[in-house]
Amino acid sequence: MSATAALRDRPRRMPLVDFLSRPGGARLAVIALILIVWEVGVRLGGDPLFWAPPSKVVVAFFQLIGNVPVMTALGTTLWELIAAFVIALAVGVPVGLLLGLHRFMRGSFHPIVLMLYAIPQATILPLVILVFGIGPASKIAFGFTHAVFPITVTIVAGVQNIKPTLLTCARSMGANRRQILWNVVLPHMIPSFFTGMRLAMSADLLGVLLAELYVSQAGVGHFTRLFTESFEPQKLFALVAGLAAIAVILNELCRRAERRMSRWHE
Amino acid sequence: MSGMKLVYHLVQAAFVAALALAWYLATYNGYISPILLPSLTASLHEFWLLLASGSYWPDLQVTLTELGTAFVIAAVLGCAIGYLVSRSGFTVRVFDPLFAGLYSIPLVLLFPLYVLFFGLGSGSKIAIGATIAFFPIVLNTIAGFDYVDKAYITAAKSMGASGFQMFWCIMLPAAFPVVITGLRMGFIVAFLSILGTETIASLAGLGHRIVTYAESMDPAKMFAYIFFAILIAFLLNFLVSTAERRARRGPT
Repeated sequence: MSATAALRDRPRRMPLVDFLSRPGGARLAVIALILIVWEVGVRLGGDPLFWAPPSKVVVAFFQLIGNVPVMTALGTTLWELIAAFVIALAVGVPVGLLLGLHRFMRGSFHPIVLMLYAIPQATILPLVILVFGIGPASKIAFGFTHAVFPITVTIVAGVQNIKPTLLTCARSMGANRRQILWNVVLPHMIPSFFTGMRLAMSADLLGVLLAELYVSQAGVGHFTRLFTESFEPQKLFALVAGLAAIAVILNELCRRAERRMSRWHE
Repeated sequence: MSGMKLVYHLVQAAFVAALALAWYLATYNGYISPILLPSLTASLHEFWLLLASGSYWPDLQVTLTELGTAFVIAAVLGCAIGYLVSRSGFTVRVFDPLFAGLYSIPLVLLFPLYVLFFGLGSGSKIAIGATIAFFPIVLNTIAGFDYVDKAYITAAKSMGASGFQMFWCIMLPAAFPVVITGLRMGFIVAFLSILGTETIASLAGLGHRIVTYAESMDPAKMFAYIFFAILIAFLLNFLVSTAERRARRGPT
């Protein structure tokens, strides 16, 4: 066991066979290979105005962490993400419950919700900017329009997937509407609620980042543009990597929450 | 039940009519600045002019060419790499989490880099569309070929199927529905990301045209192009869903 641990610690020095025969090890090797090819390729023949080798990106990454304006911009973007997410939850959950529980509302309005969901939202991005300005408000609005539909639709589906037997059972035992909602519907909603949260978070990220890239004064979009236009690819790569890391962390948080909260259901 | 359906449709029609009326009234007396919200009649008029004049054609052509190129690249690479990866359980375990992890990153982040590499023109749109479409295609291809029922494979082997027969008669039909779903998802996300990145930075295309009119404060024309882009989106959606259903039915 200690031999394999040593292998894991120094993968590139060892004979590798043991290490590479495990999927995780082979995956790391693939990633390392890509990074090496990238590094060598850029150093041999990359235009320094457009390409940066990974080693320089890592250095730039740590420089950016010490850079107050960039960190403030990241903070702004994070705040936009969370605000849009919270508003989307506050609207999407009640609407989803209403559509899911109320047969007439569902029949009438669920098709409309689905149709709105199918509209490519990139088309309304300039309109959102016109209405909400180029500050954080437009990013929050655009993140909201992206996040609210997955939540609503998943919650409607979650309510409808509750086994009719359970509802009949509760009703025949004399539960009133509120008791049914509180003791049957809501507990069974939890898995789909968290699924909706996860989908909404990735949609939220997409919406906020699209709006940031489109126009931005204070968020990360400002710096992606700045680094592109001043031909500092190592900073741009580093910023993109940082944002990707934030995205992965947010997604992973939602997925953990989803897995944990739906465990009782199995 | 059909009576209930009629009521639902009536409510939906009433809802849409109420929205249209609200839009009409809001802009009728200039309660809302016409720069933010042009009058409904002006927007519809521009939409009609756009459809009648055919002036959408150059932009539509640009967007659809980008979409087609991006989709073909993503489909060829995605299916080929997905099939190769699915050949052994080991490579599936190595690459599947890698692709899934990358797919969970909002890949539109790469767009500023792509603008650096491929320029403002169609190149960067094709690249971003192909990148984003690649992942659902490759993941579904891997899933499709990986989960073929082992009983079929054993049966075919014991009956002495050749390698080609194995692929053509067993693997492909079994994996096909999943692969085709991946292709449809890839097509749709390619379209959405191309439209989105045309909005961010581009020289031509439907997204570009919407932005141009937004920035030149010509909102009626902007709405006309928004309506048009939504129309195209619904048409493409309908086409690929129909194609998917047809293709599913075909080989079996």
